[in-house]
Amino acid sequence: MNLTLKIWRQNGSSDKGRMVTYRVEDVSPDMSFLEMLDVLNERLILEGDDPVAFDHDCREGICGMCGMVINGVAHGEQKLTTTCQLHMRHFKDGDVITIEPWRAAAFPVVKDLVVDRSAFDRIIQAGGFISVPAGSAPEAHSVPVPKADADAAFDAATCIGCGACVAACPNGSASLFTAAKITHLSLLPQGQPERESRARAMVEQMDAEGFGGCTNTGECTAVCPKGIPFDTIAQMNADYLKAASK
Amino acid sequence: MAVTGAALVLFLIGHMLGNLKIFLGADSFNHYADWLRTVGSPALPNRTLLTITEIVLVVCVVLHMWAAVSLARRAAKARPVKYAAKRKSQANGYATHTMRYGGVIIVLFVIWHLLDMTFGTVNPKGGDATPYDRMIAGFQPDRWWVALFYLVAMAMVGLHLRHGLWSAFQSLGLTRRPRVRSTLQTTAVAVSAVLVLGFVSAPVCILIGVVK
Repeated sequence: MNLTLKIWRQNGSSDKGRMVTYRVEDVSPDMSFLEMLDVLNERLILEGDDPVAFDHDCREGICGMCGMVINGVAHGEQKLTTTCQLHMRHFKDGDVITIEPWRAAAFPVVKDLVVDRSAFDRIIQAGGFISVPAGSAPEAHSVPVPKADADAAFDAATCIGCGACVAACPNGSASLFTAAKITHLSLLPQGQPERESRARAMVEQMDAEGFGGCTNTGECTAVCPKGIPFDTIAQMNADYLKAASK
Repeated sequence: MAVTGAALVLFLIGHMLGNLKIFLGADSFNHYADWLRTVGSPALPNRTLLTITEIVLVVCVVLHMWAAVSLARRAAKARPVKYAAKRKSQANGYATHTMRYGGVIIVLFVIWHLLDMTFGTVNPKGGDATPYDRMIAGFQPDRWWVALFYLVAMAMVGLHLRHGLWSAFQSLGLTRRPRVRSTLQTTAVAVSAVLVLGFVSAPVCILIGVVK
């Protein structure tokens, strides 16, 4: 199939940036979205043009590197799918596809579709860890974890930190990411000693990075490729309120 | 947002129940309005309850609007470059999209409502008539547009509460488990629906002549 792509091109953080239109021909429905961009880039390189820069790594939907806003939806309209796992069979011949980077003040554009997500790393550094003595792995049964808690913690832990939640949020809030990280640790026994200081530190870092506030629109969880539940934001709010009231 | 909103919802429940007294006749309604002014008398001066309520409401409304404006300003700062493609909503929550303009409509309605029912400035009977007469006169068929405005505003209140109530539960961290979450979702829908039906019943019955 033949497609028209409108892609955001921006040569570095100081460039103003613009939408550029490209034609891509003979796209196979079996290609992934990134493979389709690879085809475009190979042609651009042969023609002596600058290829479109985009982040990617595993191309298996588990690393969290890829991500772009496709026709106004983070990672495209396919639910529970990263951009690398989105296949061209979901598009039709003749489609016009708009491709943009995540838009957030806290995610400055590095080049074209690549944004700097270090803000997420700093939120993790603020409290997304547990302090344990290093050494050999402890006996697995020494700290029992109720099944329901383990399941909920694992659900939250599947967050790959791609940033789609921020891109989709009308407020540009990073609440779902931060909440997933807080919930994952605060539901497990190992996370208890630092539970309140963690919630406070991570929420304060999130605000300091310039993300917007949460108004519970639910756009984040709807586009999340890992389906991080909205309940995690309630867990973050509960932990934060408890910490703030002391 | 959640705390001030909760206070406003509690007021709405009381206000709605008070309105329903219109169905018990003029004496019951006027007596209730009088009781609101003289409750606690003579131990407390007249209008004690009303004055406290008014102060709390004004503070809540101002803080609620301030919170909404700061959230909107933070959101604008958090995304300085807008998307070229129209951002397609993926979460199916119609009410969520009405919060900001719906809130403005509700404020305009409250101003009209105070001029109409409290001060009587725009009421055909004026401020000196009994509350029952003012209410009946306010919703007569020849003033159908007043009733229409009232119905539109109540629809906005319903949508505002549908998202707002649930959102308040979420902001206060009460919806941490799926079962609690679905119970509170249902509660939000039910409370919004009951409040809207309660508020709408009186003007509709006056408009069609059931209550005279």
